[in-house]
Amino acid sequence: MDNFELVILLLDATLRTSTPLILAALAGMFSERSGTINLALEGMMLGGAFSAATVAYYAGNPWIGLLAAIATTVSLSLLHGFACITHKGNQVVSGMAINILMSGLTALVGIALFAQGGKTPSLDHGSRFQPITLPGADAVADVPILGSLYSELLSGHNILVYIAFLAVPAAWWVMYRTRFGLRLRAVGENPGAVDTAGIGVIAMRYRAVMCSGVLVGMSGAYLSTAQGASFLQDMTAGKGYIALAAMVFGKWRPFPALFACLLFGFLDAAATRMQGVVLPGIGEVPVQLVQALPYVLTVILLAGFIGRAIPPKSLGRPYVKER
Amino acid sequence: MSDTIHQMHGAGETGAVQPAIELRGIDKRFGAVHANKSIDLRVEKGTIHGIVGENGAGKSTLMSILYGFYQADGGTIHVDGKLCVIKGSEDAIALGIGMVHQHFMLVETFTVLENVILGVEGGAVLRAGVDRAREELKRLEREYALDVNPDAIVGELSVGAQQRVEILKALYRGAEILILDEPTGVLTPQEADHLFRILETLKEQGKTVVLITHKLREIMAATDNVSVMRQGEMVAHRKTAETSPEEISELMVGRKVLLHIEKGEAAPAAIVLEVDNLCVDTLQGVRKVKNASFTVRAGEIVGIAGVSGNGQSELLEALGGIRPVTEGQVLFNGQDVTPGHGVDAAELRHRGVAHVPEDRHRMAMVTGFSAKEAAILGYEDDPAYQKGIFLNWHAIADATEHMMSEFDVRPNDPNLKAANFSGGNQQKLVLAREMMRDPELLLVGQPTRGVDIGAIEFIHKRIVAMRDAGKAVLLVSVELDEIMSLADRILVMCNGSIIGEVAAADANERVLGLMMAGVAPNEAKSAEGHHV
Amino acid sequence: MNDTVQLPRWIDVGVLPVINLLLALAVSGLVVLAIGESPSEVVEILLYGAFGYEEAWGYTLYYTTNFIFTGLAFAVAFHCGLFNIGAEGQAYVGGLGVILAALYLDFLPFPIMMIVAILAATAFGAAWAYIPAYLQARRGSHVVITTIMFNFIASSLMVYLLVNVLRPQGSMNPESKQIAEHLRLPFIHDMAASLGIEIARSPLNLSFVYALICSVLVWLFIWHTRWGYAIRTVGANAVAATYAGIEPGRYIIMAMMISGALSSFMALNEVMGVQHRLLIDFTAGYGFVGIAVALMGRNHPFGIFLSALLFGMLYQGGAELSFEIPTISNDMVVVIQGLVILFTGAMEHMFRPRVTKIYMAWHLRRHGQEAA
Repeated sequence: MDNFELVILLLDATLRTSTPLILAALAGMFSERSGTINLALEGMMLGGAFSAATVAYYAGNPWIGLLAAIATTVSLSLLHGFACITHKGNQVVSGMAINILMSGLTALVGIALFAQGGKTPSLDHGSRFQPITLPGADAVADVPILGSLYSELLSGHNILVYIAFLAVPAAWWVMYRTRFGLRLRAVGENPGAVDTAGIGVIAMRYRAVMCSGVLVGMSGAYLSTAQGASFLQDMTAGKGYIALAAMVFGKWRPFPALFACLLFGFLDAAATRMQGVVLPGIGEVPVQLVQALPYVLTVILLAGFIGRAIPPKSLGRPYVKER
Repeated sequence: MSDTIHQMHGAGETGAVQPAIELRGIDKRFGAVHANKSIDLRVEKGTIHGIVGENGAGKSTLMSILYGFYQADGGTIHVDGKLCVIKGSEDAIALGIGMVHQHFMLVETFTVLENVILGVEGGAVLRAGVDRAREELKRLEREYALDVNPDAIVGELSVGAQQRVEILKALYRGAEILILDEPTGVLTPQEADHLFRILETLKEQGKTVVLITHKLREIMAATDNVSVMRQGEMVAHRKTAETSPEEISELMVGRKVLLHIEKGEAAPAAIVLEVDNLCVDTLQGVRKVKNASFTVRAGEIVGIAGVSGNGQSELLEALGGIRPVTEGQVLFNGQDVTPGHGVDAAELRHRGVAHVPEDRHRMAMVTGFSAKEAAILGYEDDPAYQKGIFLNWHAIADATEHMMSEFDVRPNDPNLKAANFSGGNQQKLVLAREMMRDPELLLVGQPTRGVDIGAIEFIHKRIVAMRDAGKAVLLVSVELDEIMSLADRILVMCNGSIIGEVAAADANERVLGLMMAGVAPNEAKSAEGHHV
Repeated sequence: MNDTVQLPRWIDVGVLPVINLLLALAVSGLVVLAIGESPSEVVEILLYGAFGYEEAWGYTLYYTTNFIFTGLAFAVAFHCGLFNIGAEGQAYVGGLGVILAALYLDFLPFPIMMIVAILAATAFGAAWAYIPAYLQARRGSHVVITTIMFNFIASSLMVYLLVNVLRPQGSMNPESKQIAEHLRLPFIHDMAASLGIEIARSPLNLSFVYALICSVLVWLFIWHTRWGYAIRTVGANAVAATYAGIEPGRYIIMAMMISGALSSFMALNEVMGVQHRLLIDFTAGYGFVGIAVALMGRNHPFGIFLSALLFGMLYQGGAELSFEIPTISNDMVVVIQGLVILFTGAMEHMFRPRVTKIYMAWHLRRHGQEAA
């Protein structure tokens, strides 16, 4: 295998590992730009992954699984909203509660349903999202560089990968070019301005967390019915938090968040390939270091050493009419 | 939108004069507080109607009900003679009511245009609406002389310009009735005059304006009719031309106001505080205080006048050791106490500087604390309050009780939560904490903000007594009356600089007003000469 | 004077949390029903498993020990207005301090080792909390996000150290060497036996006593010293603190370091008391449970003790449960935990208006009668 092939493989893996991050980071962005902290991405992802795998198994169709995942995560978003928006509860606490709850519930229900130690049954071919060969991919496969880039890197992913990458410009357009986006951003900066403009703050924030739910549901479904073929206990393994970090790293904006996800996805993909590899001049790079890098980078960004990340102004503050 | 306008004009032409707004028996409670007690109000179309009252009289609550921000517990609202139910801002907007809030309701990261269209975007996709709005905005700007760049980021605009954006927002929504809540609190007298000219233009165009304020000057200068509120009740309606400031102020407080405090001549002694070329910057690097130099002697009260937001808050906070100083020097009894270099608020307290800050709730106390916890804020390391490494709560409770009886804080209960005292009693507790330490220098900001009349008198007397005991007092207040009745010398601040100094005997509202707007003292005096 | 009616203390710290807790348990009961088991049977097994026999008591209190430490840790930071989500990482790194002391200073006699281990845990846990604290205090980086990040960083770091440094030669397991026999914290059953009292064997050890001592110390510190006063001032109103000459940054760092130290004491129980070596992921989520414990205990050491006991019971009873009913795994406890955090933490205000209304009605009626 030559170096070019290696790079292609690495980038290919990057696309696959960053897909759930992108969807979840966008989910976080919708929620947080409207003023609601969403630490619950991890738990929602887990819930989505579990529902998708379970329902896809029974229905034999990944799309129904996807719908189930979205239904689950939207419900969880509504729960988060009920606690934080309606009852003005603490958003950090609510997020942590949902994470812990889902970590327990998915395992509990999984064991009760399938008695396989928290795992769901393996999905067969038809119950999973399958790779899609883009038109002409086979024909150009032999063209040097460009051809293999197209056929090996861009072609051959499942539909959710393409959806994730298309979701980024779509999210940007919604956020910056539509009425909904304008109101959503306004409600995260100054809810008072939105209220006095005759728009319901509560309803607006609920709609934002529901958007968040839809996106994170897809991210969960990707894990268990596209990338994997079943649900495994705690299979998100911190991906929700990494997505959150990527969103902060991307300063709550779609395209920078995409790049952060690609970077973190790349580090993840590289980490698994670097195991035991000795780099000339450096020696063996501990794989744990590479794994910790996204978190370290995010902390450095938050510390203000590489640009400043300014969160939406009323992030974390429930809306209370002032007297 | 255009439909409403036609209706309005139609009503005007036929001469069937329905009031623009009529409120009948509006009632509102917040828990135990009866904020509005069966309020009746009639605002005639095409007039500027003033609503005056002290802080907490219920003006803002009443207007918030009219704008749909709160629901009244009882009573009816009639707009153009029609009974209306206003459940939210959107209903008010649909009825042609617009509101300019005291704290601007603007999204600072948005452009002027984005702020204006928020809520009336004209379609799910912004593009088309934005183009239409740009045209409409140009027209409104021409018509009402409201010059603002539609593409400017709101957070970068001056306060006056932000207020114009608020007015534009209301007009863009087709407001026929415009409510302004304390609009001049953040403006210089000159900016305020600009605003009143805009309001006059609005009136000429047939709009109705409701002006909420506690400043008599504005009522007399700008309104056609005035309604007075006191403690949640509507106590009187007058035609402005047929009343006087004296009558209004009496109605506001319910008895004759004691505008002048009985006090003897000051006997200034040695210099206690010497401020030399002081500059204070915000964390963002904006210079708030520019090269301020002045002195305060023992036995005198030096007042700092100015429209709020002109650097006096930052100056006071810097002298209190809360804000770092960028340049310059502060000497206290001849010793360098410039904040920042090992000198902080705690160190200043040790040396005998007491500080009553401007904003009680934000700074002077923790509302969740009990009175006795509030009474040691800043003095928690006083040896008298310690028992070994622990706090001596018995001693603290005794000390608090002593403070409370000395400053007549009611109820005299050191264990009651600070939040459960009235504003006046909270303020008296803060004053007691700071003044009973017998400091050599008292820094005091807005000592009577949000305090009832009885407590104001008490507080003013204590401050004068402090001066008479030979202490130095630096007083910052945006209430000119307060400055003029308490201070022996008056410094005027504008845009961060001390514009000049006036002896209390030579001060009058007009000269101070001009200086507050940045006119140098000599010119201010001669300008006044021309007027006379 | 105020529009929010002040409820009596017994309602605020007693009735409301209990209502919320009952609701959480009721929903847990529904979950049990949904998977086809009987809630009453589950409660019975839980209670029996937690308190039904002598050994169970020991296990329950052993779990309680961990929860007291992590609950106190969360509470101290909370009083300073900080959400320390990093107890997990701080305890993990604190465990490193304990194991290093125990392995490399094994010549020390036990009483001195006990003090050294406490100091080592304090130093390592506090140091790990110091970085997020410093970034919050001096650079304004939000401590919630940084402590989450630091949990992951701690996890990677510890895996690296366990695999590459601490693992004894020839061993395949990523865990440290055993602590010498004489340096282990004595089990309570051994201590009792030396006094001639016989109780059942359990992992409960001396660190439980230390947890109780820490509870009293935290109570004294927060409410009866000027530093605690300063921390509470910063937490309630940082601007007022600055005005008072209490530099918020200093106390943010102080509170976080104390919080980190308290988290790390969990390692005394786990590493020095029970497992006698450093295991991968020995913190097992106890740090996160601390959030629930503190919230339910209203951030007061006494409340924390009670809720730590409740969670200890759930953990021990839950183990029994998965043994008795195969369809219900240990994860049931995690579900209950999540629900308790949700109802007592995030939705704590849900019943306040209703309870206030009932209380006001009751109050009025009683007053009316007095007047008549």
